[in-house]
Amino acid sequence: MTARLRYRKLVSGFMLGMTGLAALITVAVLFFILGYLVYHGGTSINWDFFTKLPTPVGENGGGMANAIVGSAKLLFLASLIGVPIGFFGGVYLAEFSGGAVAFIVRYAADLLNGVPSIVIGIFAYALVVLPFKHYSTLAGSFALALMMIPITLRSTEQFLQAVPGSLREGAMALGASKSRTIASVVVPAAYRGILTAILLALARVAGETAPLLFTAFGNRFWSPNWSQPTASLPVMIYTYAISPYDDWHRQAWAAGLVLLGLILVVNIVARAILARGVSIPRT
Amino acid sequence: MAASTTTVPNAGPVSGSRSFLSKLREGDEIARVVTFLFASTVVLVTILLVLELWHGSSLARHKFGFAFFVTSVWDPIAGDFGALPFIYGTLVTAFVSLAIAVPLGIGAAIFLAELAPQKVSDTLQFFIDLLAAVPSVIYGLLGIFIIVPLMREYIQPFLKATLGFLPLFTGPAYGIGFFTAGIVLAIMVIPYIVSVSREVLLSVPRDQREAALALGSTRWESTWKVVVPFARTGIMGSIFLALARALGETMAVTMVIGNTPTISASLFSPGYSIAAVIANEFSEATGDLYLQSLIELGLVLFILTFILNGLARLLIILTAQRGSEMGRT
Repeated sequence: MTARLRYRKLVSGFMLGMTGLAALITVAVLFFILGYLVYHGGTSINWDFFTKLPTPVGENGGGMANAIVGSAKLLFLASLIGVPIGFFGGVYLAEFSGGAVAFIVRYAADLLNGVPSIVIGIFAYALVVLPFKHYSTLAGSFALALMMIPITLRSTEQFLQAVPGSLREGAMALGASKSRTIASVVVPAAYRGILTAILLALARVAGETAPLLFTAFGNRFWSPNWSQPTASLPVMIYTYAISPYDDWHRQAWAAGLVLLGLILVVNIVARAILARGVSIPRT
Repeated sequence: MAASTTTVPNAGPVSGSRSFLSKLREGDEIARVVTFLFASTVVLVTILLVLELWHGSSLARHKFGFAFFVTSVWDPIAGDFGALPFIYGTLVTAFVSLAIAVPLGIGAAIFLAELAPQKVSDTLQFFIDLLAAVPSVIYGLLGIFIIVPLMREYIQPFLKATLGFLPLFTGPAYGIGFFTAGIVLAIMVIPYIVSVSREVLLSVPRDQREAALALGSTRWESTWKVVVPFARTGIMGSIFLALARALGETMAVTMVIGNTPTISASLFSPGYSIAAVIANEFSEATGDLYLQSLIELGLVLFILTFILNGLARLLIILTAQRGSEMGRT
């Protein structure tokens, strides 16, 4: 009996230890990734990387200034398209709708959220690239915006719903109309959460490569306007990493470090804001 | 802010039901209509996406029919397209990744939900969330320069020496191929399994654990025979979610799978996946049939992930409901 018990306790201790090991391995991967990127990227990053254009193929040196600006432009336009749709759609879901319409909108958003990013790329190609007949910053931004919409929409809805009903009632009791209540009471109470969600959505699409391959395409020079193809950091990392040139590999690591650094910083800041408590007053 | 000048609108002598007009004046109806328009954009875009994939691939669908899925010729010059090698590669890499990610992910989730103190669990979960935020092209970068050489020099020769009698582990060790792609995918989907499984495990009512412990089971027995079975459907949901991610993943796979349309029993062989072939050939596809065949592949990917995501969501909701129902009684 005691031998049996000892065996069971041994199994228990062993298996629980294994779960700890599994958790350790999982988390260790993050530090491996960071370590390798800092090691390889840190030694290859220099001032040229941020200020110079790519050099002609085969020539060493140069940088990715155009890709950094290109990524910024893509993200800017993507937020300009995606955030309003996501935000106001979320307001509608949380404050105005009920029943069937809400279900359909939620369903569509979840569906869109699950679509593989490469398929989003095909869609943006068919909708924006084909009619204009060339790759463009606009097409890339459209693809990224499609990925931002569901995230922004669902989290706006979630944070608005977390605002206590008593706040709404208080505002209404003072004679404010519904739209005024939403604009000056409900949204301000939830704005910190919503802002965080938008930041996370931006960080998420900032690293997307697949939807840009045949929408924003790539460019070894400055993109003159919004209707021309543009370079972007993720696509640059991809093309440089699969190239046969050592100097390009070096720059791919540098770009990887910059991109991941930015994404992780935004993530950490956003989560820190959230952890400090979304500003929903307790009643 | 002009908000301070709010006046009480007086539609009638007694503020009973206000007229439509006064509501309109205050902007309630406008706000409702405007926000509705934004919300319906989401529905519209989703419908348009499905239609675009369907119509965009009509030529290929009519020409090849079902043969598209079971033939393995991919000849853009002759205009003959069969998707079997890509479907095979997508499924094989996804299953290799699950074979690694499921035990690791569920183990880690059990540790986070059942064993670790709240603070430790939250900190580790924070790191795992960050892992989920790493873009796939970064995984690809590490895949090419770190994992592929590691595979070629150490892991694949080792597997050949020890498990070489299985057809799975034969053939030359290129480093690239199904196996490497599966491992990179595993690293990418583990965070999804951990996060969702942890949530589901945490939603299991406390008395389930206490009852098992009170009956004399060890900590592991209460976890494995009571808590995990209780959360089973939700954990299955997390696995479907991970599978959907693995099937649709593009960049990391494209960078390490080898991009050769082959069907081989050996996991060491280079292969191809649906997402990878779209990524590589879409912008260079000449001719309608070529492009439409690629769009049909996109449609296949869309349908697969649509089904898996739907199932996953259903299973996760079911478990959460069960947990809250049991918790109430």
